[in-house]
Amino acid sequence: MGIWQQRDALMRGIRAFFHERDFTEVDTPLRMQTPCMELHIDAEASGDSFLRTSPEMFHKKLLADGHERIFELGKCFRQGERGPLHNPEYTMLEWYRAHADYMDVLEDTKKLIDSLWHGADIDWHVLSVSEVFEEFAGWNPAGSFDEDRFDIDLVDKVEPALKRMRGAVVLKDYPVEAAALSRRKPDYSLLAERWELYIDGVELANAYSELTDPDEQQRRFEECADKRRALGKETYGIDAEFIDAVGRMPPSGGVALGVDRLLMVMTGRTSLDQVLPFR
Amino acid sequence: MYNASDLKKGLKIEIDGDPCMITNFEFSKPGKGQALYRCKIKNLVTGNTFDKTYRSVEKVNRCALISRDYTFSYIDGHEYVFSDNNTFEEARLNDELLGDLKYFLVDDMQVEILFHNERPLDITLPNFVEMQIAETEPGARGDTATNVAKPAKLENGYEINVPIFINEGDTVRIDTRTGTYADRVSKG
Repeated sequence: MGIWQQRDALMRGIRAFFHERDFTEVDTPLRMQTPCMELHIDAEASGDSFLRTSPEMFHKKLLADGHERIFELGKCFRQGERGPLHNPEYTMLEWYRAHADYMDVLEDTKKLIDSLWHGADIDWHVLSVSEVFEEFAGWNPAGSFDEDRFDIDLVDKVEPALKRMRGAVVLKDYPVEAAALSRRKPDYSLLAERWELYIDGVELANAYSELTDPDEQQRRFEECADKRRALGKETYGIDAEFIDAVGRMPPSGGVALGVDRLLMVMTGRTSLDQVLPFR
Repeated sequence: MYNASDLKKGLKIEIDGDPCMITNFEFSKPGKGQALYRCKIKNLVTGNTFDKTYRSVEKVNRCALISRDYTFSYIDGHEYVFSDNNTFEEARLNDELLGDLKYFLVDDMQVEILFHNERPLDITLPNFVEMQIAETEPGARGDTATNVAKPAKLENGYEINVPIFINEGDTVRIDTRTGTYADRVSKG
């Protein structure tokens, strides 16, 4: 089977999986005035707007408006990201489920991967960020977070160890400084309810128990804008309607999964060059 | 200075004053984290290789390498003395840097020397040099096969494999890049 047939089968399988579970496929805009502000994700300008780096903000507005099970398959764009595992334009699968948390959507994810990848018989390991850092990097970032040390140890020490483990590894409970748009753990506020999925050492998906506190969301965006300015990066406006939606949406779990990388891993390839023929 | 995002395989950079080359390069960006540039680097003086990961905000020194044309003049103990074709200034290379190339230096040979901050780093000889065979067993008469080799010695003691038909006193061409016999120039 050629790469286009493999991609076609994957896209059909994803849609069938969510439709069987009463999710609605949504198709939200690619262009937006106020892309989601994150410290290390840069949006590509498009006329007087930006290309979206993720559909997350639209989806949360939909959750606030009562859409409780939604998914989208679509393109996202991130400036300057190019390498064997990065392309500035890529296909994202994003889904949200109301009245669920990050561990509930992990169950969705396991079922999804099992349904797409027949006969793979994947071993799932769920490990906390604290335990893998203690084991492979010799320190615990929870409560003593150092961003540079965290990022460098993650790629130099932790990710190679995850690759050696084979199968699927879920890293969960990130230091709150790396929470992005996830909520703090109710019983331990130094950690956030976020996980990342790796298969064969390749990072495939990111998930949250979504932050539903509009004041904290506003504060995180403002702090992020300060940090971006300090790095000489462009800052984006804060969308008041989004902040409002964060306050109105039900507690929800959400996952963003890189479809090109999933296709790459499922077909035994090691570079996006092999799954994106026009790159 | 280079930005970390300018780094790529094959690029020469300077680290702690030493010229280095990036031999492997990988763009990495962990989820929500910063862009990281993971490099395997070879120190061009010591030959050691090591891993180094750069953050996107880091700057990397450029490596100023200059190569100049020289003429080989003479040997002074363990040093080989060359004279700059334009300024006639001397450059001295030790035999460690030259390795086996020292056997292929002949009077007035034109060479190119690569410098990093006036420190000689590498030398390039002409691709071929003609040398006389000083010592070798005679081959069987009439045997002109080129795929059968036998050992031979140059006057300076360098050992080389030559075809069976080569005799003492013959002049042969040697490929300086591989240190091997290329062909026969003339009979002795």
